[in-house]
Amino acid sequence: MGNGLKKFAGSQLVIPLFALFLLIVFNLIRDVEFFSLTIATNNQGNTVLSGNLISILNGASAVAILSIGMTLVTSSCKGQDISVAAGAAIAGSVFVSVLRANEITIPVIILAFLLCCAVSILFSTFNGVLVAVFKIQPMIATLILFSAGRSIAYWINGGATPTISSPLLVSIGGFIPGIPIPTPIIIMVIFLILISLVLRFTNLGLYTQVVGINEGTAHLNGINPVWIKLTAFMILGVCVATAGCITVCRIGLINHETLLLDVEMDVILAVAIGGTALSGGKFSLFGSVIGAYIIQALTVTLYAMKVPSSAVKAYKALVIIIIVLISSPVVKEHAINLRNKLFKKQVKTEISMKAS
Amino acid sequence: MKKILALLLVFVLASGLAACGSAPAAPAPSSSAPAPSKDAPSAPATPADSGLIKVGIVNNPPSESGYRAANVADFEKVFNEANGYKASTFYSLKNDEQLNAAAQFITDGVDYLLISAAATDGWTNVLENAKQAGVKVFLFDRMMNVDESLFEAAVVSDMAEEGRMAVQWLIDQKLPEYNVVHIQGAMGSDAQIGRTGALDAEFEKGTMKRVIQQTATWDEATAKQIVESVINSGEKFNVIYAENDGMAKGAVAALDEAGITHGVDKEVVIMGFDCNKWALRELLAGNWNYDGQCSPFQASVIDSMIKDVEAGKTLPEKIVINEEKFFDARTITQADIDTYGLGD
Repeated sequence: MGNGLKKFAGSQLVIPLFALFLLIVFNLIRDVEFFSLTIATNNQGNTVLSGNLISILNGASAVAILSIGMTLVTSSCKGQDISVAAGAAIAGSVFVSVLRANEITIPVIILAFLLCCAVSILFSTFNGVLVAVFKIQPMIATLILFSAGRSIAYWINGGATPTISSPLLVSIGGFIPGIPIPTPIIIMVIFLILISLVLRFTNLGLYTQVVGINEGTAHLNGINPVWIKLTAFMILGVCVATAGCITVCRIGLINHETLLLDVEMDVILAVAIGGTALSGGKFSLFGSVIGAYIIQALTVTLYAMKVPSSAVKAYKALVIIIIVLISSPVVKEHAINLRNKLFKKQVKTEISMKAS
Repeated sequence: MKKILALLLVFVLASGLAACGSAPAAPAPSSSAPAPSKDAPSAPATPADSGLIKVGIVNNPPSESGYRAANVADFEKVFNEANGYKASTFYSLKNDEQLNAAAQFITDGVDYLLISAAATDGWTNVLENAKQAGVKVFLFDRMMNVDESLFEAAVVSDMAEEGRMAVQWLIDQKLPEYNVVHIQGAMGSDAQIGRTGALDAEFEKGTMKRVIQQTATWDEATAKQIVESVINSGEKFNVIYAENDGMAKGAVAALDEAGITHGVDKEVVIMGFDCNKWALRELLAGNWNYDGQCSPFQASVIDSMIKDVEAGKTLPEKIVINEEKFFDARTITQADIDTYGLGD
């Protein structure tokens, strides 16, 4: 028990979980019923769960999915892909244009999604080749797609903000009839389980970390860093396609300029909060996902507190600075020193008290 | 193997880019030759060859927004050879590029220069040159910081008026109480300031209650989250005032999930802006109540002004405020959607 606790205290998950815990406590003090769930009937006639908890889990699903891919890229390439949101705009546009050209049925949706995955993988492999083969810094390499992506999406859409409507799409972006939990949450969980299984039953997770920690050593041990990095980017491509499609289905509309706007920064933050070093190496998928939920919980809290719109980002930044600072190695070291000192003093005083 | 893959990707990307380059030119043929070319000195030598009026149009690119796409399409529809114009067009979001293009149009010897400036400052020199060269200038959509003597007339939008019209409509509904969820556009943009102003005045007077006022930076999904948080807080609201159609659609998605009815004679009044065709169809179906438009159609007004100037008449007004439109779900018709709706 004590051993397990110690192990837990040393793991990467401590700080994100602690931050999430603080946010939850803060909200409960502010409003005891903040996390209460209510059962409602939506306008399609389904019985659904609603409440802030559902809003947080639901709203964070796109960022959470993206942060899974971003974690792998960060770990292996020692850098981040800043083109994920622009990539999602492209993926969403492909999805919408296929659906608009056909009658919307389940096979067509699956086909559209597969096509959109293929396009996403193609674009992120382009990023991957620049990073892995040409050794360009990830942020610079992905800057290309970051600036060009939304223009490409504009071209696919023909300049408009096309809408699609079908009960099937509402099932993907909202609720499947008979299931009271929003589908994006379910997709997110399935996605996380799949990727975790892949990492658990293959060497991919280990190899990714090895490449991130020391590429030379990895190479000497017969691991091809280029393929590992490319694989990470391809997985990110699937994440981007999924996130793009979910977001499109939520509203039934694609706006290439605002789809997942500025989300790349939230995703990178989620990875950072989750305890994965942005300089690569050891990673924690669950940490990143928790990071995504922290960011969303923070946003929902700020909305609920009616913080004026012009100040939301500043408050968000403030909290995030605190979380990142607490998890920085310098602060950690100081905290450990401080604890040791305090602990020793306590022991000493106890002894001296006994002596007297 | 790696090299082959890399080459393949480069090829795919290159062909993709090539396609990008050509596609937007299709709806706007003039954009393929927008830059006033330096090797066309022969053109101004024969201005009266076919009796066409030569106009140079400096505008923002259609990719800027649905509004701009409609604006550009409107100008293409009016200023073409069938209507007696020889139009050259230049699109840019950057003021300096627009200034260069305008200067080049003047050198090319156009008769009229129509400008929607990217930024309000820095135009004095170019307009003085135009005046000296005898080129008459019309401003459309956006005003600029220049002396009024430097242009013939300006046909501009009044964003604040748009907000006032929407709020007046809301007051005219005579709801028993006004609990407003206000979803703003990107803070500081012209449209946001104009559309927020009138509503803010009501909040301050106390005639309407501000349930929440939050920016969704024109993003549909963010708008949905904001409305979700209001629903979760359990506060009462009966009006959603979203500063564009997309955000209104996001808000409605949140209402649908929570089982709150919306539209004509329902629990919540939905108000949007921009008049996209799909949004007007929501009005026609009675799911939304109001849609306001900052009209992108200025071409026909300028066309009639140019015809007046050509006929030797003097223009009565220097600054013409473009007539703004709005639609009420109770009175909208399919014909309105076809005529005034943006996009498809």
